[in-house]
Amino acid sequence: MNQAIFTRLAETGRPRIAFTLDSRPVEALAGDTLLTAILTQAASVRESEFGDGPRAGLCLMGACQECWVMLDGHGPVRACTTPLEAGMAVRLRRRHAD
Amino acid sequence: MPTDALCTANPHAAADLPPVIVGAGPAGVRAAEALLAAGLAPILIDEGAAAGGRIYQRQPPGFTRDAATLHGTEAGKATALHTAFDAIAARIDWRPGTLVWAVRPGELHLHRDGRAETLPFRDLILATGAMDRLIPLPGWTLPGVFSLGGAQIALKTQAVAIGRQVAFVGTGPLLWLLAHQYRKAGGGIAAVIDTTPSATKRRQILGLLTQPGMLARGLSYMLGLRRAGVRIVEGAMPEAILGEGRVQGLRWRDARGRVQESVCDAVAMGWHLRPEAQLAELAGVPFRFNPRQRNWEPDKDPTGRTAVPGVYLAGDGAGIEGADAAEIAGARAALSLLQDRGRAVDAGLLAALDRRAGAMLAFRHALDAAFPFPHALAAGIADDVMVCRCEAITAGELRAAVDPGGAMEINRAKAFSRLGMGRCQGRVCAPAAAEIIAARLGAPVEAVGRLRAQAPVKPLPAAARSTP
Ligand SMILES: Cc1cc2nc3c(=O)[nH]c(=O)nc-3n(C[C@H](O)[C@H](O)[C@H](O)COP(=O)(O)OP(=O)(O)OC[C@H]3O[C@@H](n4cnc5c(N)ncnc54)[C@H](O)[C@@H]3O)c2cc1C
Ligand code: FES
Repeated sequence: MNQAIFTRLAETGRPRIAFTLDSRPVEALAGDTLLTAILTQAASVRESEFGDGPRAGLCLMGACQECWVMLDGHGPVRACTTPLEAGMAVRLRRRHAD
Repeated sequence: MPTDALCTANPHAAADLPPVIVGAGPAGVRAAEALLAAGLAPILIDEGAAAGGRIYQRQPPGFTRDAATLHGTEAGKATALHTAFDAIAARIDWRPGTLVWAVRPGELHLHRDGRAETLPFRDLILATGAMDRLIPLPGWTLPGVFSLGGAQIALKTQAVAIGRQVAFVGTGPLLWLLAHQYRKAGGGIAAVIDTTPSATKRRQILGLLTQPGMLARGLSYMLGLRRAGVRIVEGAMPEAILGEGRVQGLRWRDARGRVQESVCDAVAMGWHLRPEAQLAELAGVPFRFNPRQRNWEPDKDPTGRTAVPGVYLAGDGAGIEGADAAEIAGARAALSLLQDRGRAVDAGLLAALDRRAGAMLAFRHALDAAFPFPHALAAGIADDVMVCRCEAITAGELRAAVDPGGAMEINRAKAFSRLGMGRCQGRVCAPAAAEIIAARLGAPVEAVGRLRAQAPVKPLPAAARSTP
């Protein structure tokens, strides 16, 4: 089932880059932000810490701080302003909830 | 130790410090260009990886769409600004990927690649731009809801649409421009819902005619959308974003009061912009309320000067005036700085800039009146709707904080409710929160004040933080 929020309209000939989402191997395109890489295949970037459901960012310009995700070996990063790099291991869910 | 020993230990005499510009959008780039032209190479800082700012933000390397595809009628201006920047980049101290997270007297605190450093300054031009102004709605935290500006960044810099069928809701030129850009790029549009009735816009026709080219462009976007069969509704109010776990629809009430629903999988929303003025506040610049835009803005005079010597403002960060005005204001602030440093400045150039800035005012005022902020929509948000997304504070909790015996002012309401204490520092919720508090108190919105900025203006990875 396609869960994606974002849909690509152009620029689809860029090289593919491999990374993992909650340990699942996936691919996105060189030049994607982490947020684009995630939301072209997943329905959210994180769960609200207040239990009110999933969140997927809002402003895409580094202002709202809604899009922080965990990178294994690195810590929390803001997905909308972080470029995707090969081999990144992204955690959308907290470890114990896996 | 005697204090002058400390002063002389400073490796730079303050007078030698290069001017610092924060923000490499239209305002910051034109300011840098003007300073360099006068022989004063500035330090230009931007959080982003490339210059251009919001409107002319560049796509990452490897993308191939041309300027016409990306910027439409503004392609010439975008290219001109990028060319101007490329021509000076090697001759100024250009610092991309650098966040200015605090300002203290004579000192900026920077953060780059996980490291914090300080930068002494004597003269500072803040050209920090703006962000979308939002109104909380039931369901607005659902995945698939983005700001208009965010939806535009998705398209321009990532070549993605925020959904397959997008509902656009809000008011202002960006609403129509963005819907037009999505249509041209092949994105699906569920509806364009403008909270301003068309009669309100028509009433401003004389003022809008002072910039006939801009008016014609705006009208052509509207006409193109209509011709393409896009559902367009004016004078309607959104009621709720619908969906389980993600956006599935938008409920709204038309001008005659009938409740309607649009099926969509994403919503782009926004009601104009608000200045990103946290650094100006930390620099000590006083604020004023702009009643036409219903925004607080750091106070500058038409020359870009502020009440704080050595601190200048330009562009949308000092009041929303648009990209063309930002370019003029950037150059103007740079000339003021040069004058204040005792340098000779071309009087003809000064006069020309002032004339061009003045000529834009009538259009800007008409635009503000043509697309008013629907403050009653914000003030009337139902008690159970989340207003502060960072701390999950509802409108009801906020109202409870201002009930009799409670807070009279937004920063006290913040202390009582935690509203605006989260990661975004109230950037997202402050305009609506002020309307809710003002309505509850029966006071004008300017009387409840504004949320104050704090350093760090954006969250930093803990390791990089040093005490300012
Ligand atoms: C998302 C968005 C999209 C927009 N799209 C359009 C459009 O299509 N057409 C239009 O006419 N207008 C648009 N606008 C309005 C826009 O604000 C102006 O047209 C124009 O970009 C203003 O220029 P500026 O130089 O004042 O600020 P900006 O172009 O916003 O540039 C400000 C720069 O300052 C940097 N900055 C801010 N704070 C810091 C900090 N603390 N540290 C380091 N760097 C910092 C930012 O990264 C940014 O690059 C848009 C606004 C937004 C927010
Ligand atoms: S989406 Fe707003 S900060 Fe990333």
